[in-house]
Amino acid sequence: MSVFNQSRQNVIRVLILVAFIILIIRLLFLQLSSSTYDLLALDNAVSKTIVYPDRGIIFDRKGRSILENTLTYDLMVLPNAVKNLDTAGLCRILNIHPKKFHDRLIGSIIKNGKFRPSVFESAIDTETFVQLQENIFRFEPGFYLQERPARSYPYKAAAHVLGYVGEVDSNILKRTNFYYQMGDYMGLSGLERYYESILMGKRGIRYQVKDNKNRIVGPYEKGVYDSVAVAGRNLNTYLDVELQVLAERLLKNKLGAIVAIEPKTGGILAMASGPTYDPNLLTGSFRKANFSYMLRDTARPLFNRAIKGQYAPGSTIKPMGALIALDEGVITPSFGYGCGGAYRGCNRPIACEHKNPAHAANLRLALANSCNSYFSHIYRMAVDNRQDRNTRLGYTRWKGYMNSFGMGVRLGLDLPSEDKGLITDTSFYNRLYNNSWNSCTNVFLGIGQGEMQATPLQMANLMCIIANKGYYYTPHFVKSIENEDDSDTLLNKFKIRHEVTKIPDTIYNIVQLGMQDVVDRGTAMGARIEGISIAGKTGTAENYGIINGRREKLKNHSWFVCFAPRENPTIAIAVIVENAGFGATWATPMASLMMEKYLKDTLSDTRWKEVERIEGTEIILPIVKMKRNRLDSLRKEKIKVQVKRATAVVDLPNNESDSKHTQQITALHIEAILKDEESIC
Amino acid sequence: MRNQSAEITKGIDWALVIAYIALVTIGIMSIFATSYRDEAVLNGFLSFKTDYSRQLYYFAICGVLAVFILLTDSKFFTATSNIFYFLGIVLLILVFPFHTDVKGTKSIIRFSGFQLQPAELCKVFVNLALAKYMSSLDLNFKKLKSQLFASSLIILPAILTILQSETGLALVYFSFFLVLYREGLPASVLVIGFAVALLVVLTLLLDQNLLALILTAIAVLFVYVSRREFKRNKGLFLVIVGIWALCVGIQRFAVPYFFSDVLKPYQVQRIYATVGKDFQVDESTLSDADLKKMEERKKAGNYNVKQSKIAIGSGGMFGKGLLKGTQTRYDFVPEQRTDFIFCTIGEGFGFFGSLILLGLYLFMLFRIVNIAERQRSAFARAYAYGVASVFFFHIFINIGMTLGIVPVIGIPLPFMSYGGTALITFTVLLFILIRLDADRQMILR
Repeated sequence: MSVFNQSRQNVIRVLILVAFIILIIRLLFLQLSSSTYDLLALDNAVSKTIVYPDRGIIFDRKGRSILENTLTYDLMVLPNAVKNLDTAGLCRILNIHPKKFHDRLIGSIIKNGKFRPSVFESAIDTETFVQLQENIFRFEPGFYLQERPARSYPYKAAAHVLGYVGEVDSNILKRTNFYYQMGDYMGLSGLERYYESILMGKRGIRYQVKDNKNRIVGPYEKGVYDSVAVAGRNLNTYLDVELQVLAERLLKNKLGAIVAIEPKTGGILAMASGPTYDPNLLTGSFRKANFSYMLRDTARPLFNRAIKGQYAPGSTIKPMGALIALDEGVITPSFGYGCGGAYRGCNRPIACEHKNPAHAANLRLALANSCNSYFSHIYRMAVDNRQDRNTRLGYTRWKGYMNSFGMGVRLGLDLPSEDKGLITDTSFYNRLYNNSWNSCTNVFLGIGQGEMQATPLQMANLMCIIANKGYYYTPHFVKSIENEDDSDTLLNKFKIRHEVTKIPDTIYNIVQLGMQDVVDRGTAMGARIEGISIAGKTGTAENYGIINGRREKLKNHSWFVCFAPRENPTIAIAVIVENAGFGATWATPMASLMMEKYLKDTLSDTRWKEVERIEGTEIILPIVKMKRNRLDSLRKEKIKVQVKRATAVVDLPNNESDSKHTQQITALHIEAILKDEESIC
Repeated sequence: MRNQSAEITKGIDWALVIAYIALVTIGIMSIFATSYRDEAVLNGFLSFKTDYSRQLYYFAICGVLAVFILLTDSKFFTATSNIFYFLGIVLLILVFPFHTDVKGTKSIIRFSGFQLQPAELCKVFVNLALAKYMSSLDLNFKKLKSQLFASSLIILPAILTILQSETGLALVYFSFFLVLYREGLPASVLVIGFAVALLVVLTLLLDQNLLALILTAIAVLFVYVSRREFKRNKGLFLVIVGIWALCVGIQRFAVPYFFSDVLKPYQVQRIYATVGKDFQVDESTLSDADLKKMEERKKAGNYNVKQSKIAIGSGGMFGKGLLKGTQTRYDFVPEQRTDFIFCTIGEGFGFFGSLILLGLYLFMLFRIVNIAERQRSAFARAYAYGVASVFFFHIFINIGMTLGIVPVIGIPLPFMSYGGTALITFTVLLFILIRLDADRQMILR
C-alpha cells in the first residue's frame, strides 16, 4: 500500500525545506537588514559612566593655592538593599521628616530603579557628615557615603576673580554643541569660566555591562573603549593673596573697587570689588539659595565693580590729557597757562580750586595742583589741532588716543563680561547738538567729566602706561599654565606690548614728577609712605542717581590712582570708593596701605590700626541700605506668614514630641520657601 | 565479545549519530555561554551545580540509554509498543491526582527529587503505537474507520495534555498527522485542516464583515465559473453554498465562541500577539486570577520576543563571539537556557552560525526522511516519519518563536534546550530509529 504513496515523501521534503527557508529569510531580515537591534542591544546592556577629573588648582604669585579641590560627601541610597532600617535614627541625623524620607526614597526608585544607587542627599554639611560617618554602619548597606570633588577657596577671598562652577543648563548645552552633558559642572564666572578649557581637564568614560536588572556586572570588552580621566591643569597667577585680602578688608562696608597691577607685565596683583562675599557660599548644597539672596541685594555683591563699574574718571584723567597734548606736539613741558581761578575760554567758566596765577606755570605745576583751567585748555588745543582746524577730525584723533590707552574699549583681561566704559564718537555729538558743536561743547572731557566713563581696571592700566613711559601689557591674572605648550593660545595676547605714545622718557619724567608732587605736597599727601616715592593723582567724580523718580546729584565718588616706586614702578593702583566724597579722604589712604603692604611686604601696627579704622567705616548711601533692609524684612515676613499657615494646617496637640514635629515641619517649609525663591530667580 | 560489539554497531547510521552529538554539544556550549559566571571552567562542568554541568550529566545518561537501546532487539519495540502506549496513557491520567504545581504547569509528577513529565515522554509511546497500528497486517487505511482510529491514537494524549495546561506540548502531537499523510491519509484532510487554520488566522486579522464579504465573493466566483456544471451535477451548487455557510459560520460564530469560552484569555492574547494585533477583551467578564495571569503573560510574552529579537538581531553577520553576547549573557532573554536557547547562537555567532545550525537540523531531518524511505517494514517507516514530524515541529516552532513569527508556546529546541526530560525523550526517539534502521534488512511486521 505504501508504494502508492511514494510521491508523498517529496511533498514532505518540500514542506520541511519551505519551513527552513522561511526561518532563514526571517533571520536575514533580523540580522543583516538593519542595525536597529545592535543599538537596542547596546542600550540594553552597556552603561556609560562619566569619570570626572579633578579641576585644576589656582595658585597665587607665591605658590599658595587660592582655589583648590576638596571632597564633599553625598549620602547615597541603594533602594533594594534598604532592609530593617532605623528610619527614625536616620531622619534625626538628616533632620528631615519620615514622610519626606519616604518620598525621597520613592523618588529615587522612580528615577534610577531599585538596583542602582541614587543620591539621597547631596553635599552634606560638615556637622551632619560627622554624625553620619559615626553611625553609617547602622544604615549600611542601603545607605552609604560617597565622596564628590568640590571647589574650595581656602582664603575666602577673590570671589569675583576666581568665579564659581555650577551645573550646566540647557542653554550652555546648546551653545557648546553638546560638548557638556546634563549634570556636568563648568566654570560659570571669573577665572573658572575663562580658563574652563584648561581647568576642566578631560572627562573619562567608562563603559560597563549591566544585566537585566540594571546592575553593573563588569567592564565592557575589558575596558578597551574606556578613556581615562585627565586632571585639569593648574594655573599660576600674579595675584598676591595677602594683598587681595587686604584690599577686600579695606572695601568692607563700602561700595567700590581696588585694582593693583604690576606695570612691567600687566599682571594683576589684586582686584577687589566691594561689597564682596565668601566664595565658599557658592559651593555645596546652599549654592542656589545663597546666589539668589545675593542677586537681590541692592548693594549688588555679585557685581564686579573693578571691571563692570563705570565711573567718570574726574581729575585722574588729567595726566592722560597731558600725554595726548605732548604726543600731538601742541605743548611742551614748559607750557604754562595763566589761571585766575577759572577757565574762561568758553562761554561758561569752569571753576578751578586754585587762584594764585603761578599754579599752572608749567606742566609739572599744573599736574601737582590739578589745575582745571590748564587741562581744559590743553584739551581744546589738542582737539582744535593746528593742521586742519577741524574739531571733528581733532576729536576723532583724541578719541583714538583714548582708545589706544584702553579707554572706551574692552581691555580684554582674562575675566568674562568686562565692560568698556565710555568714550563717545563724533556722531554722538552730531546727533545731540544737531551737527553744531566745537571743542567748547565737550571741554569737560579734559577734566574727566561729561561723556566719559572708565572702569577701575582701565584707570589702573593708565597708571601702568605712565609708569612704563608709554606702553602697557593687557592686564591679566594668569602668569603661566601648568605644562603649557604651543596649543595653549589663551595667554598669547597678554604677551603683546602695546606702545601707545612716542613721547621721550625725559618728558615722561616730568609728568611723573608732577604726579609725585601730588603725593609729596599736593592733594594726596595721605598716600605718603616713608622711603618710597609715589606718583599719584586724586579724583572726584560727580555722579547722579534716580531717587524716587527724580534725577539727583549724589555724593561724589572718591578716586585715587597711583604707582610706586616712581623711579622703578612695580605696582600701579586704582581705587574708587562710591559716594565717599573728595578723593583724598578715603581712596588715598587705602591705596597707600596697599602699596606699603606690597612694597614692604608687611604693615606696622599703627598702619594695621588704620586698616581697622577704614574697615570699620561704613560708606553706603542711605537709599541703598534702606532698600536692602526692606528686602530683608519682606523676606522674613514672608517666611513667617508661610510658617504660620503651615503650622495652622497641621493641628497638633501639645506635647514634647509633637513640638519637635512642628519644628521639623517649620524647617521643611522654610526650605520649601527658599526653593520657591530660587525658582523665581 | 568482539562478535557482539560488531553486532551492536552493525548497520548504525553514523551520520545521524554524529549530527546528534554535534547538536547536543552545541547545546551544552550555548547553555554554558548563557550561564558561565567566571567560575573555574572544569570545576563548573563537573560540579553538577551549574546548568551546563547538569546538561552534561544528562548527556551522559542519554549516552548510556542510547547504548541500551542499541543493545535491544528491534523486535522488542514492535512487541511492546501497545503496552507502552497504554502505560503512557495511564501515566498521563495519573498526573491529574499526583501532579506538582511547577511554574503554572500541571503536567509534572515529582517523587523524591526526580521530575517526570509524562506528556513529554508519551511522544515516544504514541509514535511507537502509531507505527504499530500503521503496520498491522489487516489494516486498510483507506477505510474511514481506520483513519479515525489512528487519529484518535494521536488525539487522546493530546487532549489529556491540553487538560494539563500544556497547549504547546499538545500541539506537538498533531505533527503525527504528517505520518498519517505519508501512510495514505487523503491530502484533502490536511488541506482542509490547513484551510481552517488559515480561516481562523484571517478571522483574527480582518474585520468580521469584510471577511464575510470576501468569502461570499469567492463563493459567487465559484458559482459563476462552474455555472455550466450545475446541469450535470445538481449537488455542486449545494456543496459550494454549504462550504460558504460553513466558512462564514466558523468565522462569525465558531471562532469567537472558541476564543471567548474555550481558550483562556492569555492564550487568545498570545495568538493575537503573534499575528501582530492587540487583544481587546471585556475585562469585567474575567476573574481576577485570569486577569492577573493575562497581564503577566502579556508582559512576559512580549518581553521575551522583543528581547529575543534584539539578541538575535544584534548578532549581525558573524556574531559577537562565544561569551561575548551581552544580551544572552546577562539574562535579558528570559527562559534563555530552555526555550530561547537559539538566541545564544543568533547573538554569539550571527547569521553565519545560525545558518550552520539550521543546516545541521535540515540535514538531520532529510536524513531521517531518507532513512524512513529505505525501510522495508511499514513499522519502521511510520516510526521514522513520526520522529521526523516531531523534530520538525519542535525545530520550526521553537526557532520561529525566537524570531517572532510563531506564537510563544513553550516547547524546547531538540537536543539543545536545557532540561533532562526533553533531552532524554529526543534521544530515545532518535536511537530507537537508529536501532530499527540498523535492522532494516529484517522484515518486521
